[in-house]
Order: sequence, then structure tokens, then C-alpha cells
Amino acid sequence: MPLLSLENLSTHYVSQQGARVVRAVDEVTLSLEAGETLGIVGESGSGKSTLALTILRLLPAAARITSGRMMFEGENLLDKSDDEMRQVRGKRIAMILQDPMASLNPLFTIGDQVGEPLRVHEGASRASAWKRAIELLRSVRIASPETRVTQFPHEMSGGMRQRIVGAVGISCEPRLLIADEPTTSLDLTIQAQYLKLLRDLQREHGLALIFITHNLGIVAKMCDQLAVMYAGRVVEHGPVSRIFNRPSHPYTKALLGSIPRMSDNRDHLTAIDGQPPDLASMPPGCSFAPRCPEAFDRCRAEEPPEFRIDHEIRARCWRAPIDASAKAAS
Amino acid sequence: MKQYIARRVGYSMLSLFLLSVTIFLFVRVTGDPVSLLVEPGASPEDIENIRRQLGLDQPLWEQYWHFMASLFAGDLGQSFYYRVPVLELYFQRLPHSLLLAAVAMTLSLLIGIPSGILAAVRVDGFWDSAGKIFSLLGLSLPQFWVGLVLILFFSVYLGWLPSSGSGGVLHLLMPAFTLGWYFAAAHMRLTRSSMLEVLGSEYIKLARLKGLPEALVIGKHALKNALIPVITLAGINLVVMINVAVVVETVFAWPGIGRLLYEGITFRDFPVVQGVVIIGGAMIVMVNLLVDILYALIDPRIRLES
Amino acid sequence: MTVITPVTTDTIVSATPFWRLKGFPVIPVSILLFIAFVAVFADLLAPHDPQIGSLARRFKPPFWLEGGSLAYPLGTDHVGRDVLSRLIFGARVSMVVGITAVLVAGSIGTLLGIMSGYLGGWADQVVMRITDTWLALPALTFAIFLAAIVGPSELNIILILGLVYWTRYARVIRGEVLSLKQREFVRLAIVAGCSKSLIMWRHIMPNVINSAIVLATLMLGVVIVTEASLSFLGVGVPPPKPAWGLMMADGKKGLMVGYWWLTVFPGICIMLMVLSANLLGDWLRVKLDPQLRQL
Repeated sequence: MPLLSLENLSTHYVSQQGARVVRAVDEVTLSLEAGETLGIVGESGSGKSTLALTILRLLPAAARITSGRMMFEGENLLDKSDDEMRQVRGKRIAMILQDPMASLNPLFTIGDQVGEPLRVHEGASRASAWKRAIELLRSVRIASPETRVTQFPHEMSGGMRQRIVGAVGISCEPRLLIADEPTTSLDLTIQAQYLKLLRDLQREHGLALIFITHNLGIVAKMCDQLAVMYAGRVVEHGPVSRIFNRPSHPYTKALLGSIPRMSDNRDHLTAIDGQPPDLASMPPGCSFAPRCPEAFDRCRAEEPPEFRIDHEIRARCWRAPIDASAKAAS
Repeated sequence: MKQYIARRVGYSMLSLFLLSVTIFLFVRVTGDPVSLLVEPGASPEDIENIRRQLGLDQPLWEQYWHFMASLFAGDLGQSFYYRVPVLELYFQRLPHSLLLAAVAMTLSLLIGIPSGILAAVRVDGFWDSAGKIFSLLGLSLPQFWVGLVLILFFSVYLGWLPSSGSGGVLHLLMPAFTLGWYFAAAHMRLTRSSMLEVLGSEYIKLARLKGLPEALVIGKHALKNALIPVITLAGINLVVMINVAVVVETVFAWPGIGRLLYEGITFRDFPVVQGVVIIGGAMIVMVNLLVDILYALIDPRIRLES
Repeated sequence: MTVITPVTTDTIVSATPFWRLKGFPVIPVSILLFIAFVAVFADLLAPHDPQIGSLARRFKPPFWLEGGSLAYPLGTDHVGRDVLSRLIFGARVSMVVGITAVLVAGSIGTLLGIMSGYLGGWADQVVMRITDTWLALPALTFAIFLAAIVGPSELNIILILGLVYWTRYARVIRGEVLSLKQREFVRLAIVAGCSKSLIMWRHIMPNVINSAIVLATLMLGVVIVTEASLSFLGVGVPPPKPAWGLMMADGKKGLMVGYWWLTVFPGICIMLMVLSANLLGDWLRVKLDPQLRQL
């Protein structure tokens, strides 16, 4: 049984009069096994962060989960009460946010903030939480944790802060850790160290990881599975290596194609034409059609459903089955 | 941080200087300063004497120098009406104003902060709307109006509370409430907006992601951050309260600084008026400085930044 | 596979007249217009001369109470003057003083704010230091001080209020100007060789007018309260002119023996005017420039 299974999950933002509907997350189906790493890739506005917040049920008031199920360790998270959900957060599913400086409360010590989930979820005493905090800081490779623990967030460097946030995340030994663009605000050199740390933690604790990013390079390094999101939908899903080798969806192709490679002989960079769609006023048909170089009439008229290309790969594109069977035939 | 403090002190000194210049110039330059600085009903010879005594025929710079010299010596002149030094009079009345301000401030914080928190946590809820009305009225209604209506209601009709003077607790209630309402409204608005801003921040999001109970999220993480500006403002407002209490003290005949000011203008006792204004202005500048320094000392971000 | 229905936006599109904007505060504006109307046509509306009274008719209650009469619908005061007429003429006083003072403060403040913000340097320093210092002094205290020096009269009060309140304008406008200075069109003008005064007049000024208007409406309420407080204390508009604050001061004399109408009616007038001005100002602030929310 997968650790996490999202089935046809949709989250919509509704305006006060109900007139505007923004389909931030639309019919998303994904699953994740224990210990696996899933990468979710997309432009800003593609719904990746909303998806993460949906899993944790921490959406703003204007958002509503309108359909689907979220099965975590066999339980449907949507059936849980607010209080039960609160007990899941931080303890069984943890999340790391993008900006570590803003994530830490400037007025409280590191020790206090790292130990807090332990005090709340496991009833640890101040003293034992403090000791655990020191151990946690050590496990995220922070030097002299005993001194660090009494300091304040602004006294740390950016890389350190992100590790601290990581320590907060794993403090209660969750089964799943969601990382929302955790390396975006870090220097390149620190990024590599941090990613290595995450992988080590994953191995040591048997963590499943959902890695939300727009950086395909990180996906290549870290992830087993990949889900590509566009305008709230998962447009391609499958093992990372296979998708990188042979992308099925035109958007994925464009993303992979736009990464400059040293071996290329190009004298210009390719970008993807057009702008990300305005989720509040979507055209009929496939959401990527306006920008798609391979679109034909059906794409503009009907939204494509998810096609199983084979037992591992799914793609939401009218072309995909055509291409796949052509390939199979040849 | 030492640099910061030094700079702040410098600014305050400058402000005090400008304040003294302003007061000095306004008195000397507009109209006839003699009529202000001389007792009403003095004879022409007396007037001439005093004119020379006060050096009103000397160049402005010298006059200003004398003015500042006597200020520093603590000589603010003598009250025409009471015939005692203004400074003495001031300190006689100060305790009453302090008492009134302390009670009014306590009331304003007791009402303002919790309602501000509630309004922020349940935005657009009942408390938020009730709070908006409360603060709109508090910030709009003139204090003498509130005071008079309260007197009408509680003294004249219900006869529960005494309408004037200082005596026991009962005498304090109405003036303290009248004085405090405006500030309660201001504090409530600030608490609400500060709280809203904090609630939207990333660390609050993370606190929720950690699975902390909402009470802890708000009570521990949000509150401490949100209250910083409010406490700052409240500190300054305490001193401001003492100085703007003139209307309330007049309506309720409360024997404080405000009432002293009123007597000064009613009896044309200019030294008193000038004295109250000078001390009041200086007080506010100093308390602003004090609060800024305290702030620098308390906020760990600034404290360790030196 | 649903197609999303076309959405009607509820945001503001260009040509909507401002009185049809969402949430337009009809009541406050009507109240203000009504008071303005009364102020302008006071001579025609008031049944009696507001300054002449007869002791024989003192302390008459409003007409619906025993002893009252329709000749003096809201009663008479301690020297027998008709309360209603005084209220009506008081509207004129409040409006005149309020609006003029706001204009004076606004003009000085906006001008100095623009100059200080745009020119920078020592002009800026001087204006800012004065502003900071004067802002430290509570408005009422400052006004009382000035009134004690120059003596009360309607004109003096207007000037005093202008002098006390311009600093609030200056500070806000200066802030606006500082951010405007960075904008493209100003830089273009500089590059094109426009003189400083030309830039300030033609480019900066029109862009701060919005804020100035919002601030003016917000200030109107404050100024009126201050004027009423000054009159109440006896250093505002001098008797026998009917200022609402003054009426309430007089009214205090009769309060303890139950002559409530001398206090309540002027109070209601002040309250209506101030609340309306504040509500209008709040609404304008939100509509015209969300940036000004911190005001």
C-alpha cells in the first residue's frame, strides 16, 4: 500500500459571490511509497504549493477541497477533524518552506523552536526537548549545537537556517516530508550540501520526500518519481529517468529542452512561448494548447484526460497515445 | 548600538532646542509680549519696569539666551493668579494627572488589546465589527462630549457617580473612561493591524505546519511579535495622555495639569500656560527617546547587531 | 470537463462615477452636504437671531416637553437664545472654520512637503526637524498655547489650526514625493532639462493631489473636534458667536439641574459631522490609494 495516495484531488478558490472559480489544483492523482522521493515541477502558479498545503489541509479561507481523496497510511485525511489533522501535521507529515529566515520566529531561540514540536506532539518536558534539539541540530550537521541552541535566528547564516528548519521538520520522525522549494534561497554551493543532507536524512529515517521545485537539475539528482504540473493539473507523471529520456507531454519536452547543455551548439536560448495561463479565465480545451507547438484542433476543444502510456507513465495529452502507439508499432 | 543611541539622543536634543525656539519666538514675535508676561491690571510704570526687567528691548538672541538660562535654572516664572512659582504649581498638580492617566491607560489596554486580538483572529466577525464601531466612536467623539454625556447619565439621571472633583474611586471612573476611550480605540486598531500582519507571516505558517494548537500559535508566536508596536505606543501615550487631559480634567474638575492649563487660559495667567506647554513638550520628546532606547535594548535583533 | 462560465468582475472599470462605486458612503456624504447646505442658507433657515436672547425666555425646554413651544423648537439657553437657530448658525461656523483650516493646513503642508521631499538637502532637513518637533507637541496643547498668545477670534482660530496641522500633511506628502522621485516620468523630465520648479508643479503636484484630498477629509474631522474643544475651553470661537463647542460649554452650567438639551443637541451635531467626515475619509483612503492605508 502506498504511503500517500492522492486520487482526483481538486482544490478551488471561490470568490465571495461564487462568481470566480480558480482551479488551483485540478483532478490530481499521485502516489508515493515509503522512502520514495517524488519531485513536483512546474512554473509559479501551476499549483504545486497549493497542492502541498492541500495535503496538510492548511488552505486559506477562500479555498475549498472540492473533490477527491487523500489517503495517508491508509486513512483519508479529508475525513479527519481539525484536531486530528493538527496531530498529523508536524508529527506524521512535516513541511519545509522556502524562506528560512521568514519561517523562524525572530523572538524565540533556536532551541525553543526546534524543540517545540516535541513538546506539543510527544509531551516532552522542556529539558528533554532542549536536549533533543541539540541532537537534532547535530544530525543536520550544524557545528557546536550546544551554543547554537541558545541563539536567535538572525544570528545564523542562510544555509544554517535552512538546516534548522529541516531539523524542525524531522524532529518528530515523520513518515513524509514535503519540501517547498527549500533550496531556492540558498547559494549554489550550499544547495549541494543541503541536498546531500536531505538524502542522508531520508536514508537514515526512512523518510518519504515530496520535493517541490522548478529546478529540473535537482529533480534529476534527488527524485525517483516526477510529476509535472501545469495550470493546476498533473500533465505528466512517472519515473524520473524515463521521463528525462523520453518526455511524453509537450510541456515536459519544452521544459527539458529549455535547459541549456554544454554540448549544445545553439546560439540562442529557447524559452517556452507565451505566458502562464490566468487560472481565473481558462480557455476551453487543454490548458497548455495556446502555447503548445504540437497542438491540433482537438486540443483546443476538449481537455485531455490522463492517458496511461504504459504501466509507469501517465500523460495528459491527446498526442501521447498517438505517439506511444506509433513508437510501439515501429 | 551605541551609535544608534547617540544618534537618537542627538535628535532629541535638537527637538528640544527647536521646541524652545518655537515657544520663545511665538511669544516674542506675535503681538505684544508684554501684555502676556505682565499681570493683567498693572500700571503703565509697572509695565515699563517689567519690560526692562524681562529685557524686552534687547535683541532677540539675548532674550533667548536669558530665556534658556532661566529654563535650565528651573525658573518658569511665577503664576499671576496663585503667586507661586510655576514649577512648584506644576509638581503639585502632577500626581493627580499621573493617577488619572495611569488608570485611563490601564483601562485602554485592558479593553484595547484583547479586543484587537479578537478582531484580528476573527476578521469580519462579530468582534471585529463591534470593535470597528467602538474605535470609530472613540477616535471621533470629542472628549468633552463623552464626558458631558456620561455626567448627564450617571450623575444627573442615575446619581451613581459624582460629577466632579477628585476623591475616591468613584470620582475616577468617568474621567478615566472618557480619557481612555480614545486611546483604547487607538490601541485596539494598532493591535488588530499588527496582529493581522504577524498572522500573515511565514513563521506563523510554519507554526501551524508544526501542528501546534491554534491557542499556542496565537498566544505564543503571534502575540509577542504583534505586541511590540503596541507597547511602544502605549508607553508614549501615557505621557501624551497627561498632556491632552486638559478637556477631561476641565469637564470633571479634576485637579491635574490639564485643569491647571485651563485655569491658566481662563485667568490669563500666561506663565502657567507657557510652563505647562514647555514641560509637556519636553516630556514627550524625552519619552519618545526613552522608548526608542528601550526598544533597542529589548528587541534581540537590534540588541546584538552592534 | 466543464467550461468555466464567463466571469463578471466586480472590480472598478474606468468610467464609473465615484458615487456609484461599491460601498459609497451615502449617509455620511449626505449628512455633510446637509450641514453645508444649512451653513450656507443659515440666514433663511434659522427662525430667530442666534445672538439675541431675552432672559424672560431662558431655559425653555424642547417643544415636546412640558413648558416648551414650537416657537423655540429645541429650547433656549441660559440667556434665552433659541437653540435651534444657534445650531444652524453654528453649522456655518463649524463648516467655515473646519474647511478653511483644512485648506490652510493642506496648502502649507503640501507645498512644504513637496519642496522638502523633492529638493532634499537642507530644505528637507529643516522642514523635517520642525515637523518632528511640532508633531511631538499634542495638537490641542499647541493650539491652546497659540490661542493664549494671540487671543481668540474666528480668523485666529483658523490660522492657529492651520499652523498646528500642516505638519501632518507635510510628512505624508513628503513620503509620497520621495517615492515619486524614483519614478520614470520624473527622471524623464529631469533628463529633458525641466527646471526643478516646473517638475514640482507639473509632475509631482498632480500626483500627490489624491493623497492630499484623502488627508484633507480625514483631517476635517480632527480639526472640527479640535475647534470644538477649543471653543469649549473658551479659547476658540469667541462668544457671542454660536460655535457648537461653546454651546456645550455654556450648556454645562445647566446640566446639573437637568437642562440636558443645551448639551445634547450641539453634541449630536458635532458627532454627526465628525463621524461623517471620518467615515468619508476612511472610505476615500481605501478607494483612492491602498498605499495610504497606513494613515
